[in-house]
Amino acid sequence: MINQSLFPKTVLLFSVFALSSLQSIYADEFTDKDLERWQQQFMASVAKGRKLWTTPLGSNEVVCAQCHPNAANTHPETYPKFQKQIGKIVPLWEMVNWCIRNPAEGQPLAADDPRMIDIQAYITYERRGVKLEPGKH
Amino acid sequence: MKKPNLSRRNFIKNTGSLALASTLPISLVELAFANSNENFSFAYISDAHIQHIKGSRFVRNWDRGLIRAVAETNLLSPKPDFVMFGGDLAQLGSKPELDHGAEIMSALDHKVRYIMGEHDYYLDLGAYWEKLFGPQYYSFDHKGVHFIVLNSIRTYDDWTYNRWPSAEQRMLEMAGLDNPNGSPFMVGEEQRKWLKKDLAKIPKSTPIVVFSHSPLQKIYKGWNFWTEDAEQIQALLQPFNKVSVIYGHVHQIQYNQIGNISFHSVMATAWPWPYPSSYAQAKQYLPKLTVPMNRADPFFERDATGWQLIDMANGNVDINFTLYDNQDRSVRFNPKNNRPEDTQYQNKDARIPPQIHY
Repeated sequence: MINQSLFPKTVLLFSVFALSSLQSIYADEFTDKDLERWQQQFMASVAKGRKLWTTPLGSNEVVCAQCHPNAANTHPETYPKFQKQIGKIVPLWEMVNWCIRNPAEGQPLAADDPRMIDIQAYITYERRGVKLEPGKH
Repeated sequence: MKKPNLSRRNFIKNTGSLALASTLPISLVELAFANSNENFSFAYISDAHIQHIKGSRFVRNWDRGLIRAVAETNLLSPKPDFVMFGGDLAQLGSKPELDHGAEIMSALDHKVRYIMGEHDYYLDLGAYWEKLFGPQYYSFDHKGVHFIVLNSIRTYDDWTYNRWPSAEQRMLEMAGLDNPNGSPFMVGEEQRKWLKKDLAKIPKSTPIVVFSHSPLQKIYKGWNFWTEDAEQIQALLQPFNKVSVIYGHVHQIQYNQIGNISFHSVMATAWPWPYPSSYAQAKQYLPKLTVPMNRADPFFERDATGWQLIDMANGNVDINFTLYDNQDRSVRFNPKNNRPEDTQYQNKDARIPPQIHY
């Protein structure tokens, strides 16, 4: 009786497994070449971010690197976090915009602006190896 | 011990307007010294980074830092004997920047002496700066102390003369603190020879104070918190009983003791810099003695900037930091331990959370 009830389920399980493993040949396998390409894509973004870091983004010639050499004291590993002066939890890109608006006297970038992505790629790359500490002041 | 800095700071706040305040009640000079007639004070303003935008526009934030330091220095009472400017008056060494900076500095009621910074130098190698402020290195004597000013921000000739297609590009490359195309600072052979000669006529018991823009000790090469021939300069200074080196460039509090030499950095009026330990990829050597300044709060644009009053106390340097939007600090020479120490925070137990940098 037990065997009878189990049989169809086993068949079903087996066929699901077979199907998924067939698909996984395409989804889960990647080569060294793939890894290399993805790393190259990321590092290209980092390089563009570094360029933006040393280019005036506002109206007064002030660049990010003047106060943050090598993106030091930006602490991407602590975001999102509470900023007492803003009065709420903010993600890193909002603080980037705070700097563009205030010390750089410029217009903020959209969250998904490719320049904002590149800047965050650069900031986080310079902070590589540091453990995540969300919320830390 | 009293905290005269706090009263000075409150005094400024309470008056509400600098124009109303004729004097700042500084009593420090009397406090510290055994033999008061040998002692004197001077003020130290540094790293203004006056930055030209175009036409008559300059970066407001950096202008305000220097204007405030100048106004407050004028309020000191008793009046300091002279004022030093520690270098980087300009951001890119241009005539408009040096002129604008010199104009702001001209409001000082004191004799002012200048030290060359890399931001003043690498456009025309100091030519216009010399016209405004005089020679790039020199010495003078004041009330029994021998003062020496060095241009410590020169570098290898090949980098200066052969590497860049234009003077403007050379200036830009050196202006980026973290720019890998930069080059290590050095005093160089010409000035080392001069220094040796200058020191030859000074008795070993005379207190020596050396002013440089870069630290005459090696802290972090990546940001030029570094002078390539630091050890050679130190060797020339070690035979003297009391030597102090005061430097700018780092935009933060640092101090150290190496043999007979005390090292002190001064604050910038423009903006603060992170400690090199905040750069996760850096191999750095911040002196263990240093109690760091508080982490800067970017929402207060003058936070972690400031200027300093320096007391020559029996030939040793005591620095009083005027730190905007922050508790003031004093780093004084402790003869018992033969080293400079913060009067409030030197003990590990006395430190506060904002002094932890990461």
